[in-house]
Amino acid sequence: MDKVPIRTGDDVVRVRQQVRVVAAKTGLSLVDQTKVVTAASELARNALVHGGGGLARVEVVTSALGKSGVRIGFTDEGPGIADVDLALTDGWSSGVGLGLGLSGARRLVDEFELTSKPGSGTSVVVVKWSR
Amino acid sequence: MDRVPILKIGTTLFVSIQIDLQDESVVRLQEDLADELAATGARGVIIDITAVEIVDSFIGRMLAMIGSISRLFDAETVLVGMRPAVAITLTELGLSLRGVRTALNAEKGLELLNGRA
Repeated sequence: MDKVPIRTGDDVVRVRQQVRVVAAKTGLSLVDQTKVVTAASELARNALVHGGGGLARVEVVTSALGKSGVRIGFTDEGPGIADVDLALTDGWSSGVGLGLGLSGARRLVDEFELTSKPGSGTSVVVVKWSR
Repeated sequence: MDRVPILKIGTTLFVSIQIDLQDESVVRLQEDLADELAATGARGVIIDITAVEIVDSFIGRMLAMIGSISRLFDAETVLVGMRPAVAITLTELGLSLRGVRTALNAEKGLELLNGRA
């Protein structure tokens, strides 16, 4: 597993590069690589901007059916999200963006799990499987 | 932070993004372009993203804003060279890039600018 700390804008770029390397190794198509790297970029930025920084963990995973994929976990120690359903709505924004980051990232991956409580940070785990 | 250079050729500003864009670099590009448009009176901006591997919602929004800013300086922005995987991903993300025109490559983008009324 590769761990990439997210403290600056440069780190967001580093997360993208790391996800790209692992996704290519996993055998994802170019379009799927682009989708998962884009989703990772959104989530890394969220951890930086809303979570005050965090950590990304990038790893190769294998499904029960033997398919391989890339899994990325993001954690931050930020204020957390009070209403997760609302935060995942297209167009809902905390005020800085278009409100497409979180909902868009979910559309770009195969699995998406968000856990958050006000005051205890946010964790997002996404998986993109090779076809 | 890396800066993206801006070239002026005739009445057009050319920008070719060759770096892995971080947010600050795109914001800086926006400011630099506004300064260049004001200083030169250029009528068109061509942004070449042939080398750009991903455009996420932030980068996309900044590119769309460059289009809106250019219009305030009576200039038109054409985004050229988008990779197929980037186009598919942007669409699925839900970003429409309203306000910027697109062309297949820099040559076609220039034709588009030169042909405008």
